[in-house]
Amino acid sequence: MIKVEGLTKRYARTVAVDNVSFEVSKGQIIGFLGPNGAGKTTTMRILTCFLPPSEGRAEVAGYDVTTQSMDVKKRIGYLPEVPPLYPEMEVEEYLHFVGRLKRVAKADLVPRTNEVMERCNVADVRKKLISKLSKGYRQRVGLAQAIIHNPEVLILDEPTAGLDPKQIIETRDLIRRLAGDHTIILSTHILPEVEHTCEKVIIINKGKVVATDSVENLTSRLRGSEAVAVEVSGRNGDLGVAAVQQRLEQVSGVSRVVGKEGKDGHSRFEVESLQGRHIRPDLARAVVESGWNLHELHPVAFSLEEIFLQLTSADTSAEAATAAQGGTQ
Amino acid sequence: MSNIWIICRKELKGYFASPIAYGLMVFFALIAGYFFYAATAFFVTRGMESQMMGRGMPMDMNEYIIRPVLMNVSVIGLFLIPMITMRLFAEEKRSGTIELLATSPVRDIEIIAGKWLAALIMYACVLAVSMLNMVVLFIYGKPDIGPLLVGYLGLLLQGGCLLAIGSFISMTTKNQIIAGAGTFAICLLLWVLDWVSAFNTSASGKVIAYLSVVQHYEPFSKGVLDSKDVIFYLSFIFFGLFLTSRAMESLRWRS
Repeated sequence: MIKVEGLTKRYARTVAVDNVSFEVSKGQIIGFLGPNGAGKTTTMRILTCFLPPSEGRAEVAGYDVTTQSMDVKKRIGYLPEVPPLYPEMEVEEYLHFVGRLKRVAKADLVPRTNEVMERCNVADVRKKLISKLSKGYRQRVGLAQAIIHNPEVLILDEPTAGLDPKQIIETRDLIRRLAGDHTIILSTHILPEVEHTCEKVIIINKGKVVATDSVENLTSRLRGSEAVAVEVSGRNGDLGVAAVQQRLEQVSGVSRVVGKEGKDGHSRFEVESLQGRHIRPDLARAVVESGWNLHELHPVAFSLEEIFLQLTSADTSAEAATAAQGGTQ
Repeated sequence: MSNIWIICRKELKGYFASPIAYGLMVFFALIAGYFFYAATAFFVTRGMESQMMGRGMPMDMNEYIIRPVLMNVSVIGLFLIPMITMRLFAEEKRSGTIELLATSPVRDIEIIAGKWLAALIMYACVLAVSMLNMVVLFIYGKPDIGPLLVGYLGLLLQGGCLLAIGSFISMTTKNQIIAGAGTFAICLLLWVLDWVSAFNTSASGKVIAYLSVVQHYEPFSKGVLDSKDVIFYLSFIFFGLFLTSRAMESLRWRS
């Protein structure tokens, strides 16, 4: 459905996207993961024919984005990072306008708008001015705008950015429900986002693809070793931090113990395990048997930076693979 | 064609859903009304004077009222046009809605033409306010309607030129104020270009003076429909819209 080969975009002084290649097949939800400034938005803008690529080619639904942009635009729905809304318009009026712009037939316009408003839960504000809507509603109107012409491909740039947790869950559900009919690319810099909605992940950093994998593979690879936060205090209030650290290091399967800042006389440690070892039960036993109080013990989610570190240091094969791919073109 | 109309209608709604349209109309009605009053009062005093002298000279309303009022209105246009065009593209660029337009199956030139057309209709609505004054002339006298219509056609053509220039300037910036001020400066310059002919009578002076948009309006205000001036205005409009489309394209390559 989407085919990107050796895509490069150079701005005056920087290279925003550097030789990126990937493919998305029909009906897939793909997550575009990377820190801010990694080149996610630029790639999406190229796919939506907003920006032309400097080098390489991109195909959407079999049409080239530079030479057949009209055909691509007809088949693509796009939600930019800031939803493109006109504050002086009413929701329904706005969706009618976008529908006409995206060539929805006149007869289908009203039923289609109603359907889309139902789907995105904005039917209750249809007669409200967009300037009066809350952030969550605006985001959903933006999403409604993207799907009004029933496009084959949906491109969503950080669809949950700036929403509250309840709205994030609603938006995720909505995106998942859309998946059957549309091929979706969504970008995000939040890992759980991808875990919850996507089937496949493309991790991009500094304009380069770092890894492309299914969510299961990626998470299991990351979950192979786990990090656990432990909070401990002595029974009488005083506690030798060095002693605790030493004891924790002795637990089998532990690769590293890092002391963290504690409070209220508690000491905190972050314990990392070796690949494929479950250390939490042993850790708990070790603390309790040594006569200390165990206040807290929970797995720590890897932050995006740690994933990048893991992917680029422990697993250089992914990078080598992309480099080799680039070399053959 | 239908795409142009979709954009145009949306833009017109934008004008009339905000205070811009009404503000401009009131502002214009006030000034055009004053000019009309001054010209009519002058006409009436002159008429009474000539009667008292017993000369009974025939006086022409077209010559003494309509023509000076239309000339003045064409100048007020210079002030109105920046206010009409400044938000046209600058606002879309600032709020990011230009991304919606640019990723829709619509050609750039259709977007530009739609917006320009909406601005022209908006300008026509403002001009229409001054027609109320002219109706008074028809109630109390018998002015010639032909020259009046030619005069308004000229105003629209002249407005079309400046609106096209305004669209281009609005496309080059995200800031409405800069777009407005820039458009005003260029409009003013285009207006006073014919001053060159006062001190420079060589060929270059003639060329520069020829570019003055107001100079080409003069025949229209007299009721003369000269193809040379119509062609000047039409080519000016095409040039302005062409510049706008180039600016929109460069947006994609630079941003």
